[in-house]
Amino acid sequence: MVAQFRKARKGGVSVTFGHAETRILRHILGEMLELFGPEETPSDDPLAAALGIGTSTTAPTDPALARLFPDGYTDDPEASADFRRYTETGLRDAKRAAARTALESIGEPGERHVLDLEQAQAWLRALNDTRLVLGQRLGVTENLEELIASLDEDDPRLGMLWVYDRLTFLQETLVRALW
Amino acid sequence: MSVAPVEVEQPEQDEQLRTEKPWVTIVWNDPVNLMSYVAFVFQKHFGYPKERATELMLDVHQKGKAVVSNGTREEMERDVEAMHSYGLWATMQHDD
Repeated sequence: MVAQFRKARKGGVSVTFGHAETRILRHILGEMLELFGPEETPSDDPLAAALGIGTSTTAPTDPALARLFPDGYTDDPEASADFRRYTETGLRDAKRAAARTALESIGEPGERHVLDLEQAQAWLRALNDTRLVLGQRLGVTENLEELIASLDEDDPRLGMLWVYDRLTFLQETLVRALW
Repeated sequence: MSVAPVEVEQPEQDEQLRTEKPWVTIVWNDPVNLMSYVAFVFQKHFGYPKERATELMLDVHQKGKAVVSNGTREEMERDVEAMHSYGLWATMQHDD
C-alpha cells in the first residue's frame, strides 16, 4: 500500500487507494463491523434506551474488544461497571458508525477522491481502532521491527504485520493532513 | 452583633483546589497509538496548545502515563469516555 491522505485544497482530505488496498481495506473494515456486532436491541426500558444505557458491566472477554472498551476507573471495579453501563453502548455505536463511514467512503480504486472533515474524522478513528485490534491480536510491541525480525519466515502473523504497518503509515498521513 | 473578630479557618489554596477538582483523568501508554495521533487528540479534545499537547503525549510515552485533566467526577467521566472514543487508554481516579 502506498496510498496517503493529503490536505485537499478546498477543505477536507484527498486520497487514492489502489485496487489491492481497496480490497484489503474493505475486508478489514468489514471485519471490524463484524467484531462490533449488530446494534443492541433497544432496552425494554424506554428511558434506558433513549440514554443508550446498556446491560454490560464487565469488560469484554475478547482481549481486543477489552482494549477498545477498557475500564473507566483506575482502581474501582464497581464504579467501572457503572461507567460501562452508561458508556459502552454509545461508544460501540460510534466506533461501528466510524468503521461504516470509512467502508462507504473508500472510493473507486485508482480514483482520487475527497473526504469531508466528518468522513476524515471517521477514518482517523476507524484506522486507529483497526490498529488497536490488529495490534492486540498480533502482540505488537513498541518496537515493531524487532518483533518482525524475531518471527520465523513462515509465521502467519508476518502478512498481517505488514498490513498493520501500512495502516500505521496511512493513519500518520491522515493525522498530518488534518493537523 | 458581636464585634469580636470571628476566626474563620481559611483552607489552604491547594486544599481548595483539591476539593474543587478532586478527580483526574490519566492516559496510559500503549504500543499501538501513534505519538502524533495522541498529541492531536489532546489538542482537539482539551483545546491545549500544540506544545502542551505534545508535552503531555511525551509524558505518556516516556513515563508510561500522564494526568491530562482534572475536575469533577462528572467532568472526568466525560473526558474518559471521549478518550475511549478516540481509542486512547484512559482511566479516572480520585486525586488524593
